[in-house]
Amino acid sequence: MIDLGPHAIFIIAAYAGVTLAVAALIVWTRLDARRVAKKLADLEARGIRRRSAGPA
Amino acid sequence: MTIQTTPKQSWWSRIAHPGQFVAWTRPLLWPLTILTVLLFVLGLWFALYNSPQDYQMGDTVRIMYVHVPTAWLSQFVYAVMAVSALGSLVWRHPMADVSMKAAAPLGAAFTALALFTGSLWGRPTWGTFWEWDGRMTSTLVLLFIYLGIIALWRAFDDQLRAARVIAVFTLVGAVNIPIIKFSVDWWSTLHQPASVFRADGPRMPFSILTPLFVMFFAFTVLFLVLHLKAMHTEVSRRRVMALERQAAQGAKS
Repeated sequence: MIDLGPHAIFIIAAYAGVTLAVAALIVWTRLDARRVAKKLADLEARGIRRRSAGPA
Repeated sequence: MTIQTTPKQSWWSRIAHPGQFVAWTRPLLWPLTILTVLLFVLGLWFALYNSPQDYQMGDTVRIMYVHVPTAWLSQFVYAVMAVSALGSLVWRHPMADVSMKAAAPLGAAFTALALFTGSLWGRPTWGTFWEWDGRMTSTLVLLFIYLGIIALWRAFDDQLRAARVIAVFTLVGAVNIPIIKFSVDWWSTLHQPASVFRADGPRMPFSILTPLFVMFFAFTVLFLVLHLKAMHTEVSRRRVMALERQAAQGAKS
């Protein structure tokens, strides 16, 4: 690791905060997608489909 | 000889069909994800290992490589929402509603990050984490606008009606974007004026501009990936809501 000088704590905190927030955004986006896809699959498994899609 | 009876639709009309939009954009997700990872690896290598100290700020200049891209995205995401709001109000484009809704939490997160990294950069360079000046206050107002928009989306059951109200609110709130941009010219402020996109060229050496631009593109492509994915999820969510309504109506009759 390079020497970040006397203000290293501020630089490390900035990069750590951004990393955590970006990781949280990615995880939240994926979990939300998975949750909604599961709900849709459950509904379709129960035979509920769009009327335009015709009978199941 | 056969006669074509169905009118030929433009790409603009076809992309308005949510299923068509998802089918067209899904193959883009993985290539864009790989590009994001490559840009971040390269950008972080430049930012932390292969760029010089600033002659005045020393190593704290490295905070700029995460502060400027997040600050840029805080405004760019709002611009995406404002264009989508126009698409929603003028053309009643269903994907414009979906784009507006999917972008709001991302914009709020990038705005919060711009404020966070800015205050961490401000303490060693200006001697304070926060100052109620034009640039910082207008960016804080932008965060509140994003949070208001997210709350509005959650307040309505009818997402079509929500889209109309939120599109108007988004366009009114867009007045804050030029205020943020020009605040450093209009008012006395601690924040430096524009130093990259200037008529007389950037006021930085190439060795500092390179990591800045790589990180700028890394964050922008990251937003595109997350926005596309969130739009696909929103399309599915609307389908779930329609199917649940249909199931409830079927149970009643």
